[in-house]
Amino acid sequence: MVDTTNWDWSPGEKRIAFGEWAGKYRWVEEPAASPDGETVAAIVNIDEGEFSVCANGEQWESVFDKIWHLRFSPAGRLTALVSETGEWTVAVDGSPWEARFGYVWNPLFSSSGESIAVAIQQDMQYGMAVNGAAWQDTFANATYFILSPDGTRTAAAVQTVDFDSGEIHKFQEGTFSAALDGKPWDANFVNVWSLAISPDGSKLAAEVRINLYEYTIAVNGKPWEKTFSCVWEPAFHPTRNSAVAPVREAGQWTLAEEGSPIWQRSFVQLWQQAFSPDGSRLAAVVAPRYGRWTVAVDGSPWSVTFADMVTDVVFSPDSRRVAAVAKDGEIYKVVADGSAWGLALDMAWQPVFSPDGRHLAAKVEKNGRYTIAVDGRLWDRECQAVWDPAFSPDGSLVLLKSLEDGVYFRRVIPVADIAG
Amino acid sequence: MTEPAQQSETKAQDKGIEVGISKLDVERIEKVVTGVLKGETGARLKAYVETCIHCGLCSEACHYYLSHDKDPHYSPVGKVKQTLWEMIRKKGRVSPEFIKTAAVIAHTECNMCKRCAQYCPFGIDIAYIISVVRRIIHRLGATPLYIQDTAHSHSVTMNQMWVKADEWPDTLQWQEEEAQAEIPTLRIPLEKEGAEVMYSVIGPEPKFQAQLIYQAAIIMDVAGVNWTMPATIGWDNSDMAMYTGDNELMGRIKRTHFETAARLKVKKIVMGECGHAFRSVYDMGNRWLGWKMPPIRIVHAIEFYYDLLKEGRIKIVKKFDQPVTLHDPCNVVRGGGLGEKSRYVANAICEKVIEMVPNYEHNYCCCAGGGVINCGPPYKMTRVNGNRVKAEQLFSAKTKGAKVLIAPCHNCHSGLHDIVHHYGVGLDIKFFADIIYACMEKPEATEA
Repeated sequence: MVDTTNWDWSPGEKRIAFGEWAGKYRWVEEPAASPDGETVAAIVNIDEGEFSVCANGEQWESVFDKIWHLRFSPAGRLTALVSETGEWTVAVDGSPWEARFGYVWNPLFSSSGESIAVAIQQDMQYGMAVNGAAWQDTFANATYFILSPDGTRTAAAVQTVDFDSGEIHKFQEGTFSAALDGKPWDANFVNVWSLAISPDGSKLAAEVRINLYEYTIAVNGKPWEKTFSCVWEPAFHPTRNSAVAPVREAGQWTLAEEGSPIWQRSFVQLWQQAFSPDGSRLAAVVAPRYGRWTVAVDGSPWSVTFADMVTDVVFSPDSRRVAAVAKDGEIYKVVADGSAWGLALDMAWQPVFSPDGRHLAAKVEKNGRYTIAVDGRLWDRECQAVWDPAFSPDGSLVLLKSLEDGVYFRRVIPVADIAG
Repeated sequence: MTEPAQQSETKAQDKGIEVGISKLDVERIEKVVTGVLKGETGARLKAYVETCIHCGLCSEACHYYLSHDKDPHYSPVGKVKQTLWEMIRKKGRVSPEFIKTAAVIAHTECNMCKRCAQYCPFGIDIAYIISVVRRIIHRLGATPLYIQDTAHSHSVTMNQMWVKADEWPDTLQWQEEEAQAEIPTLRIPLEKEGAEVMYSVIGPEPKFQAQLIYQAAIIMDVAGVNWTMPATIGWDNSDMAMYTGDNELMGRIKRTHFETAARLKVKKIVMGECGHAFRSVYDMGNRWLGWKMPPIRIVHAIEFYYDLLKEGRIKIVKKFDQPVTLHDPCNVVRGGGLGEKSRYVANAICEKVIEMVPNYEHNYCCCAGGGVINCGPPYKMTRVNGNRVKAEQLFSAKTKGAKVLIAPCHNCHSGLHDIVHHYGVGLDIKFFADIIYACMEKPEATEA
């Protein structure tokens, strides 16, 4: 987690004239704002095949042939995927890694933001690089790249046996495995999907298809004893180091831990399970009946359901509260502890709890403009863009980052100014 | 016609089917058939089986039947009789050789186009029955090789053409660079969270037909659409697992697609000119996952072009001057009701549109859809000989003056190409986007 205590929490406003950059470049791409709100940055095109990044009006010294995927890490480091003379790497705060690759994509950050990983391709071999250091072993194919939350371990589904297109029976014997830090399991499977690394870094779990019909979860290469007609992504319990995954039996879904059901009831659908920070509670998106969606906490679905979709489930830091985004027709809603806010939104982003769990805020879109909602009430500013809000450590202030009429604003205001 | 339609047919050798049935015995087949029938079907199949009075009125609907001089083996009811009914009658105790025949019929002699459902006095959806047969074939491991390989591609890459993870964004960046020669400030915005539109395509576009991505980028840019494309898996809306009966994989592919759009916080997914993908995201895949309707609005290219033209967001400088005839793809016209919008687009961009007969929801299938073309070269002549009636329909449109055939569906495009070539029809085949791109108003290619 990022320590926000050293951010500037003085109530007030800072401005950056983002709109003026457009006059200096051929084009300015979508801006990104740093987590602490102090920096706004964008990829800029200088001339044909000449790209750089402008951060708070200052252009990186380096110019690249192409730049994409500009993102701030949780620690506020400005990262982008950059290309020079046909080779690709990661640039961090304007400095490219020494290592260059045929292609890089899918950047990943550790929770603290100190560790940056990326998928790499070199000479049509695939692997990962962490902070500029590539896996020693690479593979004919790799997918489903992950970085452990502490940033120390990386993993991916990897192809371990060669096969040609059309060799269906060889493929069905198992040509894929999972690799932790580039070292594949001894076992191969027909398919390997959706990996997860345990909190202590000792275990790697993945969905596997043993043959075309039997699915299960494998942990460190060993499948659960029981197989299912389908499974979804595993997640590790934050303290027990055990894997939990949705499993399908007789056309219904439930949650299983190490192969055994842990919820009493089943659902038409179940996915995106999430543990509370202390591990005492477990929530998931479920369809309690066909075409209706909600959140179930510890197996009990909320009574409120939605027609289209529920996403972005999140626990409060104190593990007591749960929030999510729901969609009903063309209307998005923020839902907290089973009650939807009375706001009909064009779009809503994953809500953010205050550290003490008392307040809930979210970036939202309404009538084509962006704003922030706190505890079900809208901020009175309609903006060109906003970024996820953040609460002060004591939960009394909220940090708002917005773009209004070409000006980037960083504001810190009392939560009560919006929530009342 | 350049070749006689009447030919003695030899059934193709297919390693997927041959190896599959070599591992089967009657007991294994019985277990799988009864497992699927009892465990995975319900009132729908029971109602269909018990309602059908074997009247054969569905026969006249089928292009295979019509193209084989009304050979009853090719009638929809005949295909059911040769497959599922026999499995039901024998309580699943059928031979491996029977499964071989059933696999060929279900996968290569029915496009699941649903034209026959319109001719059945009870509205029985025979395509659904065939899909149950394909499910059984899948569970028995006897799916034709080429389409099984495509399903494997889906399973690894979440796209149908073994396009690797880096090749996708690299191709988009290449097409962006190419298009910048025409519009210097054009972008294909990757991973733009909060865009209005996520544009999704099928695997063959980055693999073989990158110019279609180029054209789409030009259209998006000129129309001022706030759009994005994902740089991750989930970009491919196609789904051959839907046609192999691998429902679990179909669900996985669709979940990836919709969750990608949800992650990007887009309002709608605009998809290219593909028919089966529309069926997959609008009907089959979403529903297997528990969604009654797509969780994020799906807009097929036909409807998207309709909106852009109707709203004046793209303007036609000069209409396409060659007479065109318009093919109605089964999945988006019979299945999606886009016949009128398709005609609006055609008339907005072309000087003269000559209707082929029959048309709209009664149009003849291309004979490529339903996964049949994906069963590969061994069955090319099955498709071509099974669609003589389409060639006759196209000839008729040609005699009325048509020179170009618009087919707003990838499978239709490929299948019709084979029909046009084999029978010497002599029509040029285009997508809507080909004509829109050629005829639309574009900014002068000057420096920004």
